[in-house]
Amino acid sequence: MATVSVCQYHRGGFSFENCKRNALLEADINKLGLSSPAARKTGTTICGLVYKDGVVLGADTRATEGMVVADKNCSKIHYISPNVYCCGAGTAADTEMTTQIISSNLELHSLSTGRPPRVATANRMLKQMLFRYQGYIGAALVLGGVDCNGPHLYSIYPHGSTDKLPYVTMGSGSLAAMAVFEDRYRPNMEEEEAKRLVRDAIAAGIFNDLGSGSNIDLCVITKGKVDYLRPHDMANKKGVRTGNYRYKHGTTGVLTKTVTPLNLEVVEESVQTMDTS
Amino acid sequence: MSEEMFPEPEWLSEEVKTGTTIIAVTFDGGVVLGSDSRVSAGEAVVNRVMNKLSPLHDKIYCALSGSAADAQTIAEIVNYQLDVHSIEVEDDPLVCSAATLVKNISYKYKEELSAHLIVAGWDRKKGGQVYATLSGLLTSQPFAIGGSGSFYINGFVDAEYRKNMTKRECQEFVVNALTLAMGRDGSSGGVAYVVTIDKDGAEEKCVLGNELPKFFDE
Repeated sequence: MATVSVCQYHRGGFSFENCKRNALLEADINKLGLSSPAARKTGTTICGLVYKDGVVLGADTRATEGMVVADKNCSKIHYISPNVYCCGAGTAADTEMTTQIISSNLELHSLSTGRPPRVATANRMLKQMLFRYQGYIGAALVLGGVDCNGPHLYSIYPHGSTDKLPYVTMGSGSLAAMAVFEDRYRPNMEEEEAKRLVRDAIAAGIFNDLGSGSNIDLCVITKGKVDYLRPHDMANKKGVRTGNYRYKHGTTGVLTKTVTPLNLEVVEESVQTMDTS
Repeated sequence: MSEEMFPEPEWLSEEVKTGTTIIAVTFDGGVVLGSDSRVSAGEAVVNRVMNKLSPLHDKIYCALSGSAADAQTIAEIVNYQLDVHSIEVEDDPLVCSAATLVKNISYKYKEELSAHLIVAGWDRKKGGQVYATLSGLLTSQPFAIGGSGSFYINGFVDAEYRKNMTKRECQEFVVNALTLAMGRDGSSGGVAYVVTIDKDGAEEKCVLGNELPKFFDE
């Protein structure tokens, strides 16, 4: 129904064009005895809460590819609009692309209406897109922002269902983070307390879930201002090595030394100028 | 679309369902709808305070059950279609119209969707009505129950329902039914939402866990 949108085909249903090709490629690769690379997931603990003046979003920074950490410091809090940000869990590519598409469409929509964008609009666009793809886009999102109607926080699931709540957690570490929230959340907290609570919730996810780790990123959104704190807390600093395997000069004794000069003549010299314009 | 074209993505098995107990009952002069508030994904509860009674129009509500995404989407689409319809006829829509719109979607996309909506409301023509739209059928009933928790209270509602209850008796009946179902069904729980619709409008109420009636529990 949108008259302005970017790169989105509104013909019905999911396009299965590439699936046959993928299946053939998969079969070919398996014949050679190799396996195709696993999609990079973001394991993840993401959460958000509404406090007195706005919304605080938090995320860890580990991206995993199977059992290996692919990125120790990836950014999971994505920009949607100046007053709306979105944390993403699930398949890294899906969350990245989905948030970029909606960010782009939201900016066009905002220019069309002549008003700053609302969080509910971003929520509708995201849920309608994810429902259209019937859960095949693996993006679980925590969407938060402040608009003319106040602070709002939504959680959006890959199949397209959404919940509007005062505090939400998503990702593999969501249960650990939710335990912290359920214990200490109060309505209308002050900013420092809210930041501390989100930091502790993400830390619970980082230390108790294998899919989450590294640092804690925070994003504090209020009516006039956005604080993107990356990193807010380096919970897992790399340790300093206590020893050194370098050997001092002279550790190995020199027994003999033979020098053989190579007498080379210059046979031909040519110069080729490089076009650096 | 054959199964061997591509392997099933993992998160499909963690689809968010609304477990649920939903109930809608007519009384003399209107209807009362009730639902629990638990939304689960696998074994985890992802939302313990979800209001599953969704407004389709001022005096028409629907109760959601089954897949959360499917149910929410159907409710939002029908909300939009009813708005357009009521502008076209320049009057409040009939409950039957709302139920027919829900039924059309549920029937057409029967294979793809797994959600069951109970539509209930009040209109000037026939007063309070309840419609069940399971799998695309459309039937008007004096009361309807749905969701995983409804199996536990089939006997209770059949035995306890009486025609022409008063508003107060009907609300009590709904809360009792919800409490019994939430007590026995693992996928239902949280708080109870109750919506009463009569000629004056819709009144929403939330009954917290500790305010629910107590039955004999071992």
